[in-house]
Amino acid sequence: MFDWLFALWPGLEASVNLLSLQPPGWGGNLLRGAWASLQIAAGAFGMGLVIGTFGALGKLHGGPVMRDLLAVYTTVVRAVPELILILILYYAGTDLLNQALRAMGQRPVEISGVAAGIAVLGVVQGAYATEVLRGAIQSVPRGQTEAARAFGMGAVLTFRRVVFPAMLPLALPGLSNLWLIATKDTALLAIVGFSELTLETRQAAGATRAYFTFFLAAGALYLVVTLLSGRIFGWIEARYRRGEAAR
Amino acid sequence: MTTRLNRIAEEILVPHRLAMIAVALAIAVWAALSMRWHWIPRYGELALLGLWRTFWLLGLSCAIGFVMAIGLGLAQASGPRVLAVPARAFCTTIRGTPLLLQLWLIYFGLGSLFPQFPWIRESELWPYLREAWPYALLSLSLSFAGYEGEVMRGAFRSVPAGQLEAARSMGMGRFAILRRIWLPQALQRALPTLGGETVLQLKATPLVATITVIDIYAVASRVRQDLFIIYEPLLLLAVIYMVIAGVIALVFRLLERRYSRGVVV
Repeated sequence: MFDWLFALWPGLEASVNLLSLQPPGWGGNLLRGAWASLQIAAGAFGMGLVIGTFGALGKLHGGPVMRDLLAVYTTVVRAVPELILILILYYAGTDLLNQALRAMGQRPVEISGVAAGIAVLGVVQGAYATEVLRGAIQSVPRGQTEAARAFGMGAVLTFRRVVFPAMLPLALPGLSNLWLIATKDTALLAIVGFSELTLETRQAAGATRAYFTFFLAAGALYLVVTLLSGRIFGWIEARYRRGEAAR
Repeated sequence: MTTRLNRIAEEILVPHRLAMIAVALAIAVWAALSMRWHWIPRYGELALLGLWRTFWLLGLSCAIGFVMAIGLGLAQASGPRVLAVPARAFCTTIRGTPLLLQLWLIYFGLGSLFPQFPWIRESELWPYLREAWPYALLSLSLSFAGYEGEVMRGAFRSVPAGQLEAARSMGMGRFAILRRIWLPQALQRALPTLGGETVLQLKATPLVATITVIDIYAVASRVRQDLFIIYEPLLLLAVIYMVIAGVIALVFRLLERRYSRGVVV
């Protein structure tokens, strides 16, 4: 069926063979890397959301010390390159964990790449999520929370039933942007030697010297993830904006 | 001036902030005294060179990328479909893939492609093409262009159509309208975003160390590899980047104040 394409493009057959899923081809490695990248991105995004929710609430309702500490956290994380944060948190995290284990009389452990990647990127994501969610929570009209309080709702119930659903549509564009940043930041873990998509690609490219084939294929994989997530977030946003006046 | 200083003083001279500053100073003094900094004199010269390289990579890539971004923004905001669609595809691709991947594609891909052509190897440019920095500069510029093209598209679109119509009715040519009316107003609107994007670009520069360009980050990595000192170079590096990011933010705030006079939002 595609014979004419192969005839037109002499290098195509070699590229297809290189990318095939069976072992002489490297397609399987690329897909495994992409799966690892997605896992880390999802984990880091989730952790970022948790940190961000507490961070935003702390920034809005916390005491003066809490607010200043959170300001330091978000400012530092947003001013220092992710690469350096990853290295510092990676080394410091494994060091501290092993020291704690040694103090408890346990043997030091080798931390799994996925867990370390999620933890490190989660802390970075948390800082950005704090700002996104703080802005969204702030733009929920005060009257709504006051009304909820007047009905006798507690702080937790007010947040769950009133503030959260009202702020979600406002936070979604920022959160979708954060998710895209998370998928792209997983590439930085290649530098720490964790075999996610970018590092798998580089190894495949280095072994076969077919740099363009593999880097373009990996780029296509990232692009598919980006475009698909854009669609999904657009769909979620449309769903949560139902009943809102058209703007 | 004195009222502003007073306001700043009022904000800082609160008991809990004073306590926090004291704690931060104590940590800084402890770090200076008990951590290992003896390597600084030995690597000082290299570090200055690296810092200089970081600066010009940042400045040049922002300048080149921004010029491209104006074209990309114009093409998307008002260009014909033949130009708008490729511009849009370029921005989506750049924004949808990691910079590290783009950098490696350009460095390893082009770097392995060029030597196959004898005429390139014989050309005047070959001594430069054998080094890593042109690939780093190209990749960083393309990345900045992709992100800023999107920003400029929005900025060009946000200039009211009436302004352009008025300019046209005054008999201004296309280029005069762009230079006198459209671009200045679009720039004013894009300025706050551009400041943040420039800091993001600064944060992207250490990636060039992965293709053997010795920037300030690469110097810190070398200290780590040579002496097995892990935290000190990284912490110093974090402080350096924070200072540079602070300066960029300050410069853009001044620019904004200077150029937002007379803007009706």
